Amino acid sequence: MSILDTIQQTAAGVVAKLRPDAPPDRLIGRKHGSIGTSLPRIDGPRKVRGEARFAAEVPAAGLTYAALLHSTIARGRIATLDTAAAAQAPGVVLIMTHENAPRLKPPAAFMSDPRAAGASDLPVMQDATIHWNGEPVAVVLAETQEQADHAKSLIVATYEAEPARLSFAQAATRSRQPESVLGEPAIIRIGDAEAALAGAAFQVDLTFHTPRHSHAAIEPHAATVWWEGDRLVIHDATQMLHQTRWTLAGIFGITEEKIRIHSPFVGGGFGGKGLWSHQILAIAASKLAGRPVRMALSREGVFRVAGGRTTTTQRVALGANADGTLAALIHTGTVAMTTHNNCPEQFTFPARHLYAAGSFLLEQRVADMDMLANTFMRAPGESIGTFALETALDELAEAMRLDPIELRRRLEPEQDPTSGHAFSSRHMLAAFEAGAERFGWSQRNPVPRGRREGEWLIGMGVAAATYPYYRMLGGAARVTITRDGYARVATAGHEMGMGTATVQAQAGADRLGLPVEHVTFEYGDTALPAGTVAGGSSQTVSIAAAVAAASAKLIAELLTLAGNDSPLAGLSAGEVEARDGGLGHPEQADRFESYVSILTRAGREEVSAEADAPQPVETQRYSMHSYGAQFCEVRVSAVTGEVRVSRFLGSFDTGRILNPRMAASQFRGGIIMGLGLALMEETEFDERSGRIMNPSLAEYHVPVHLDVPDIEVIWTDIADPHAPLGAHGIGEIGITGVGAAVANAIHNATGRRVRDLPITLDKLL
Amino acid sequence: MLVGGLARLGLRAGPSPRDVPQNGATPPAAVPKGVDMPITINGQAVPIPVDVRTSLLDLLREQLHLSGTKKGCNQGACGACTVLVDGERILSCLALAAQYEGRSVVSIEGLTPDGELHPLQRAFINHDGYQCGYCTPGQICSAIGMADELRRGVPSAVTADLAATTMALTGDELRERMSGNLCRCGAHNGIVAAIAETFARTPAMAEAAE
Ligand code: FES
Ligand code: FES
Repeated sequence: MSILDTIQQTAAGVVAKLRPDAPPDRLIGRKHGSIGTSLPRIDGPRKVRGEARFAAEVPAAGLTYAALLHSTIARGRIATLDTAAAAQAPGVVLIMTHENAPRLKPPAAFMSDPRAAGASDLPVMQDATIHWNGEPVAVVLAETQEQADHAKSLIVATYEAEPARLSFAQAATRSRQPESVLGEPAIIRIGDAEAALAGAAFQVDLTFHTPRHSHAAIEPHAATVWWEGDRLVIHDATQMLHQTRWTLAGIFGITEEKIRIHSPFVGGGFGGKGLWSHQILAIAASKLAGRPVRMALSREGVFRVAGGRTTTTQRVALGANADGTLAALIHTGTVAMTTHNNCPEQFTFPARHLYAAGSFLLEQRVADMDMLANTFMRAPGESIGTFALETALDELAEAMRLDPIELRRRLEPEQDPTSGHAFSSRHMLAAFEAGAERFGWSQRNPVPRGRREGEWLIGMGVAAATYPYYRMLGGAARVTITRDGYARVATAGHEMGMGTATVQAQAGADRLGLPVEHVTFEYGDTALPAGTVAGGSSQTVSIAAAVAAASAKLIAELLTLAGNDSPLAGLSAGEVEARDGGLGHPEQADRFESYVSILTRAGREEVSAEADAPQPVETQRYSMHSYGAQFCEVRVSAVTGEVRVSRFLGSFDTGRILNPRMAASQFRGGIIMGLGLALMEETEFDERSGRIMNPSLAEYHVPVHLDVPDIEVIWTDIADPHAPLGAHGIGEIGITGVGAAVANAIHNATGRRVRDLPITLDKLL
Repeated sequence: MLVGGLARLGLRAGPSPRDVPQNGATPPAAVPKGVDMPITINGQAVPIPVDVRTSLLDLLREQLHLSGTKKGCNQGACGACTVLVDGERILSCLALAAQYEGRSVVSIEGLTPDGELHPLQRAFINHDGYQCGYCTPGQICSAIGMADELRRGVPSAVTADLAATTMALTGDELRERMSGNLCRCGAHNGIVAAIAETFARTPAMAEAAE
């Protein structure tokens, strides 16, 4: 984990230059705080002891266990549903079908409202209509899981099937342009890219295909729910607490205040732990049965009920001038989606910001299919979009006989190439250069199939990583200082393993000038001030902005409390800083009073302030993105086509790194999921029936220990002066560029280009 | 058609869940009624469950509220449910509880008798060998069982000398032997480092940890 001193100096300069425009977070320059230290995870001891309690593990008296029966057709109607035998089975408490389910409003779909969490807006178990193969048609509640599972097996369902749109290729011939892609235009046209491509000195024009992917978090989706009169208690595995609450309130026709959702630990999310039908069914069944319900999806149930990343077909065409600049950058394609959700897998986003070009054509289309709603999965769009774009760039570099890194130097834009905005913080080439040196890129033989050791062909590849900076609206935080000099920072945030609980305690400590041991971070509960979704790699800065606002308010209140007898008398909130367990003038050491003293003199046990985060204006003024360079070395068996990743290095430019130990884990985690994307992952969709054919962890392959080499990660650690804490989210960038880095290394090793993920050995023989 | 569903509504209203401890608290172990021949779980005798379909995993999680052992797939594919039976690692989701009468089961909660952290647990913290923590108890129990397999000279798919009586804890041996424990968060490097450090320090153990 090298830190590049020269770059840091540059960063200091950047901060100074932009100061008049918008003052950077004062914590950015602060030394000697907790931020930047590798504090071990605060929840670590509970996790290694098995004491961290997940949603399916919450005890409740009178608990019933749920089992789901899934439809076996993709579209049509339930003809008959014979539950007689199941109802007689031992231990059965309730069988719920569309005939007796409570009447519910359809969920508000994610993106239809900032507060919405529904993975789809399809009504849940309200009539006999079937919308996807695997849709739940019955819920069995029983005294034990064994009894529920057995009773479910006794239900006999018959269907009247109707024609369904199950072929992606066919659906793509009738594709449509979505209204927008996450609020951005579905098409960007700058100049006449097709004409520029046709006239360019060098051209590549390539088609890529990427399959469906599953989040495959090791914790299956689960919820333990019950009603207390008209109040609803939910222990959920979710990455969108308040959004789930708002959406459920709409579905069940109750006020948000009646619903409390707990989610202190989530066993992996990656975009998949949202509001699916299983929580809604559990709540409805609990209402009918009058008893608590544990809905712990089976692994197959996860594949049938909770969607993943969708499939895409993409075209990347690059036209280059003789000097290595781009005359045309075309990235277009189609994704499979349903008419009931809005998740168009924004694969063109990287091409909107990464490289300068004389003309652009970037277009996303959507093919409507009858399938389980797809959803956001780690770097939706960017993960597979960079696979296509960065593979094409490698092919262009080869055609031009240029080193791929040199080509990127020639494409470096001065400002955002499609929006025209200034970059807030962009040091992508520095990341490439640092990575290249560390990885030994100069050792690469540019001639494909040029290096061999026995049966093994060895190659190296590189690709850019990129992910946007987002800060979500709607977050709030409460900060409380107690008379003993401790603090609590509270917001309904999420901890799915990213390190939220730890890093927010660190940030809170620095914000309040306290040792980190004196700060408790409270999260994972809708009773706390509203949190934003843990998505878009946005949570860290979203919370930090809310905590900064609440802290500023708290400091003002503390100054009022301190009054005229304090050494702080006469100082305004803007003139003091939180340090050394109290407030003080930044330069005058004697103008200081500790929190203990302020509260004791005022006779207060604690002081608290709550505030909303300010609007994320920074993203309107600047092009804000993270960058990186992914370096891969592979060994490919000339006999079997087996690919082994022998070395991997990720070099990142993601603002300030808040906790190096956990940041390294986040980057590595993304990279490893990227190795899965490159080499093995595919949710297999039977286009005859619409059924997912590999709904298990035995057949949906994810990287295992032997697939994962030691992965080195390094970073520039240059603060973004426009971001809270100077930080960018880092949960998703790690997966971006990995597919292309692996594919490019495989090409360098074997001379073969594979543009169809995953790169399994049959494609290399 | 739908028979019995509506008729059964509300028939079995249970006590209020407010009366039971919630998140973070350890509930009293609701020991199931069972036959006489017990299983020993973390040193305590526990009756065999009445329902013979009950897996060892569900006995731990649902009946004894020992939820440190995780369910990731319930079909032997992820390793999250790994526990130690008489020192050997097994997948408790594939084990019927009834098979284990007279045997001694140790789950993550019973790794150390006194509540101290096991050296491997400390190493997981130091090497950040987890993120969400869901695969973690299985990884830890599996690694302890694996170390014992090495000590006993049990070969793996990557062992070159099948006749050897003990094996070195090389990086590939470790990774191969831990490959049945999936981690979707991608904490592999930290997990491997924690295991290597812990068991390389055990004298009777490996020659070297990479
Ligand atoms: S839960 Fe037993 S192997 Fe997955
Ligand atoms: S730490 Fe999350 S699955 Fe391993």
